[in-house]
Amino acid sequence: MTDQSNDPNIKLVAAPQETPSALMMWLGMADNSFTRQKTVKFGDPSAVNSGRLWSFVTIILLLLLWWVSTSFGWVKPIYWPSFEAVGSRMTKLLDQGFRNTELWEHVFISVYRVLSGVFFGALVGIPLGFAMGLSSTARGLFDPIVEFMRPIPPLALIPLIILWLGIDETAKITLLFLAALFIMIIAARSGVSGVKISKVHAAYSLGASKFQVLKNVILPNALPEIFTGIRTAMGVCWGTVVAAELVAAEKGVGSMIMIAKNFLQTDTVVIGIIIIGIIGYAIEMIMRMLESWLIPWRGKG
Amino acid sequence: MTGANHNGLVVDDVSMVFTLPGGGSVHALNNVSLDLKSGELLSVLGPSGCGKTTLLNIIAGFLAPTVGAVFLNGNQVVGPDAERGIVFQQGALFEWLNVRKNISFGPRMAGKPAKETNEKVDHLLNIVGLGDFGDKPVYQLSGGMQQRVALARCLANEPDVILMDEPLGALDALTREKMQGLVLKLWKETGKTIVLITHSVEEALFLGERLIVMAPRPGRIHKEYNLPFAEQGLTQSPRDIKASAEFIEKREEILSMIWEMEEEIMGGMDK
Repeated sequence: MTDQSNDPNIKLVAAPQETPSALMMWLGMADNSFTRQKTVKFGDPSAVNSGRLWSFVTIILLLLLWWVSTSFGWVKPIYWPSFEAVGSRMTKLLDQGFRNTELWEHVFISVYRVLSGVFFGALVGIPLGFAMGLSSTARGLFDPIVEFMRPIPPLALIPLIILWLGIDETAKITLLFLAALFIMIIAARSGVSGVKISKVHAAYSLGASKFQVLKNVILPNALPEIFTGIRTAMGVCWGTVVAAELVAAEKGVGSMIMIAKNFLQTDTVVIGIIIIGIIGYAIEMIMRMLESWLIPWRGKG
Repeated sequence: MTGANHNGLVVDDVSMVFTLPGGGSVHALNNVSLDLKSGELLSVLGPSGCGKTTLLNIIAGFLAPTVGAVFLNGNQVVGPDAERGIVFQQGALFEWLNVRKNISFGPRMAGKPAKETNEKVDHLLNIVGLGDFGDKPVYQLSGGMQQRVALARCLANEPDVILMDEPLGALDALTREKMQGLVLKLWKETGKTIVLITHSVEEALFLGERLIVMAPRPGRIHKEYNLPFAEQGLTQSPRDIKASAEFIEKREEILSMIWEMEEEIMGGMDK
């Protein structure tokens, strides 16, 4: 029942619609009360609800397909393991680790490499991007490098990095640093270039010095772009670290699935892939939360 | 006229020619001279392309004129400075700061003591009617409230001259009327020299003690008026003033003047 029906001043000409239950709306089986009042729904993006029920259908069908195909022997365990095999392998991995390394340590080392790469990339890239956005000299000096490196996928650098630095930790972090660096330079530069001139003018007219304009206007104004850069760099580095570990590494989720493949441990490979997906998703979610917490003014200039 | 000995704001025979990067040039201002006594309120009106914003940018010190100079209290203007505050149309607030921090920006940059600044901000918040909004982020405020913050931010710095570039241009009609009252009140209370750019004839008439109408191609002063309405506005209701025969007569006179200029510009296309 809606509130209006209790208000004596409002006479409803038609009986109020029955409100669907919260569960139905959560499942996407019913539109919310606002969408239900719209007559134009096709083509209105906000009229498309979560359709959550269908998501559950998809998940259940996939799991069912997995279960049926493996337990009826439609696919060989070497190509795709059974539920039970993955379950018992997971218990074993949690219990004993993989190749004398705990499972969480494999995950931790990969995450640690990504964070280091993004950290150093931001440390160098943000000041460089700022310089490029603020000074013609800096722009001229670094533009050829940035524009040349921008389209090169970080993975294409792996052979060179191995030649120069071998396959130890430094090599991996250098690769991730490079992957993050150019993303961060470009993000910081476009953050600086995106400042509205009226804000800069206002600050100077309020008596701010050049340095104060940089610190109090240009920097905070660029933060949303910089944050987007960090988020993108995290995503790219996560993809790159897994690939780099596939090539050469003792530890890390990427190396885990590569080594497991060599021993035909398909169940471990599948577990690794699921972990990679979950961590990538978690990174994205954490970054979005941090963003709305740290930069609430984003897009509201 | 040499502005060097004057008190107040002097625009001394300013011309501005923009050289376009692709070749060619635009003659934006031609021999514009103005002499504003301290505490005067001047509105600048004119069709688009008449160079009024260019004039304001030159007075603010964002642009160097091709010929001529601007003087404030005898000193030549060479760049932006805290003595000349500016209120833009919209979007010039710092959205990463709350209302209070926006208003205190100037004093904070100047390193004024925090206690003194806080008191000043409290005072200004009350004057512009935002007493309870000090801790709100500016992006949560309505357009009218944001312009109140912009006014307060400018006043907190105690400039000699306040330059306003279409400060009420993005507001709805009702909010705009209310804000005009606020501008008049602030002008009266602070005694600041104000230059107000607008393309609303009514606003220019109502707020300007003096009014210049500019003409385009090249931008120049076409006609100047001395007006009684701003003074009346301090005591009488704005609606009464705007409905008076004198006001309406002036409004129609200026409107048809500007219409003619617009016709001249558009003429080539219509025929």
